[in-house]
Amino acid sequence: MFGDGLARGADIESLWRRDQGTRCEAKSCQTGEISTEEAAVQSCSSRDAGMQTEQSEETIQYLDLQQEALVDYTGLLSFLQGVEEVVIKELNKNWRSHAFDGFEVNWIDQNETVSCLHSLSYPEAQDQKLQVTSISWNATGSVVACSYGRLDDGDWSTEKSYVCTWNLDRRGLNPKRPDLVVDVPSSVMCLAFHPSQPSLIVGGLYSGEILIWDTSRVEDPLIGRTGMTDDTHTDPVYQVDWLQDSKHSHHFQILSVSTDGKILVWQTEKDGQLMLAEGFALVAQQIPWSMKLKKHARGESAVGVTALSFSHFDPSVFIIGVEGGYSLKCSTAVENTAVPRTGSSVPLKAPAQFAFTPHGGPVYSVSCSPFHRNLFLSGSTDGHVHLHSMLQAQPLISLQLSKKYLFSVRWSPVRPLVFAAATGEGEVHLFDFGKSSQKPAVSIKQASADTEVYCIEFNIKHTQLLAAGDASGMLKIWQLSSDFIQEGPREMNHLEQLADEVPD
Amino acid sequence: TVNFLYFCDLFFKAEVEETLKRIQAHKGVIGTIVVNAEGIPIRTTLDNSTTVQYAGLLHQLTMKARSTVRDIDPQNDLTFLRIRSKKHEIMVAPDKEYLLIVIQNPCE
Repeated sequence: MFGDGLARGADIESLWRRDQGTRCEAKSCQTGEISTEEAAVQSCSSRDAGMQTEQSEETIQYLDLQQEALVDYTGLLSFLQGVEEVVIKELNKNWRSHAFDGFEVNWIDQNETVSCLHSLSYPEAQDQKLQVTSISWNATGSVVACSYGRLDDGDWSTEKSYVCTWNLDRRGLNPKRPDLVVDVPSSVMCLAFHPSQPSLIVGGLYSGEILIWDTSRVEDPLIGRTGMTDDTHTDPVYQVDWLQDSKHSHHFQILSVSTDGKILVWQTEKDGQLMLAEGFALVAQQIPWSMKLKKHARGESAVGVTALSFSHFDPSVFIIGVEGGYSLKCSTAVENTAVPRTGSSVPLKAPAQFAFTPHGGPVYSVSCSPFHRNLFLSGSTDGHVHLHSMLQAQPLISLQLSKKYLFSVRWSPVRPLVFAAATGEGEVHLFDFGKSSQKPAVSIKQASADTEVYCIEFNIKHTQLLAAGDASGMLKIWQLSSDFIQEGPREMNHLEQLADEVPD
Repeated sequence: TVNFLYFCDLFFKAEVEETLKRIQAHKGVIGTIVVNAEGIPIRTTLDNSTTVQYAGLLHQLTMKARSTVRDIDPQNDLTFLRIRSKKHEIMVAPDKEYLLIVIQNPCE
């Protein structure tokens, strides 16, 4: 089957060598001229900073052990499996338990009643029949300042008025002699202490001007003013406040609102001149009235702003109260400019975003809840307080707290469910939603029935203190009872429930 | 064997995480911390500084509570510790090597 055969060797020509030969080609090319340029840059300012931190022993120890994966997982697992059942049983039991409901422990001496600690006044201002128009506590909480002026007559007066301060911690406090009296050429409508520097006060005048005083300079406390320029308010300034600069957190700007419809932000210059940094103007036709409210909005006139409160949760959101009885939700982050443009040096923006159901009279006070991002209160001369959620036009709760006027409402800084309201009947009502959502928990008699209480202010540092100023020129410091200072159990849950309610 | 031990370790570790997750998933539970015998946290669902604070203080308190129970009656011992506060209920399950701390909101 098999025989010998002879196979001839195959001859394969090298392709590679042939390819190599044909592919060789001569080419030449040239690039265009390369242009070069030399530039030198040097920064001329340099800064050195040195810092040192001390290593915290505790965290390092902790982190080391966390990273060290030398945990004995077998032992840990058997421990966890051993306790899991009993822990889960207790967790379930505890979640359902009502054993401690309403159980309170008295650890500290209870102040059963609200009492008056001091009745402060400046007799000269009282002789002129001036009224306490505004109160502010300083950064340390021990100094109270009040401004004297007039809220009852709308006359352009040149009658001089005063700003007075008392240090409550000072020994030998004389209630009839303020520690400092600043003479002011026009009625002071509002004032506010600087949030961190205890001696700076800003005040807004009836003439529209804004002044800054330094109470540590006894000779000449005035350190800043707007003067009367084209930018200055043309109507009384109803509220001033310090505003943290969004770019430099330790810098503060000054915010002012006025019945000329403008909300202005001022920057202090070196020479004490206040320059306009930013501004907002409310014009009726630019306000987003809801359909139902539209027919009431009248004319193109500016809407006078009488109160403002910033959200404690979103620094760009604020609520304003206006003369027409409306509360408006506004934002500083708006872009559209207000029309018609007025002669101010900075273009004014239109901040209004949402209008709430109006009161029957001007809203002289609004207060955003320090504990809930959507809740705020508005108080009006129709005697009603509205509790609003920022998410709906209708108020959650509407309470008539006065037959006359309401001038001021303030949330408690420590109790989520408590607020105070100053009435035209000489009373300050302390309201506790935890006790009743119809009537005040306590009503304090500040003055006689025909003397209005214009302003109230809680003390954030000494939370048991509440200051209230009235039309007779008297500033009273009230010591609150313990139930208005200590947060009760489940108070935050209650507040959440209030905020989630839907009005009928 | 090294590999086997390594996988055992991984398995136990996963089981530990699972158990802690089950506890953490319960109604109202804010945080769960496991502390070793020295009072040093080894597992936590809370942030660093809160964990360190809770671990140090509750370890001390649990040791004190245990010695109190045993001083009163040497035959007795601490088995569980519950602390009721205005805002929370803190539960501590002790053991010779570990403490399990669970912080829970009171019921609504």
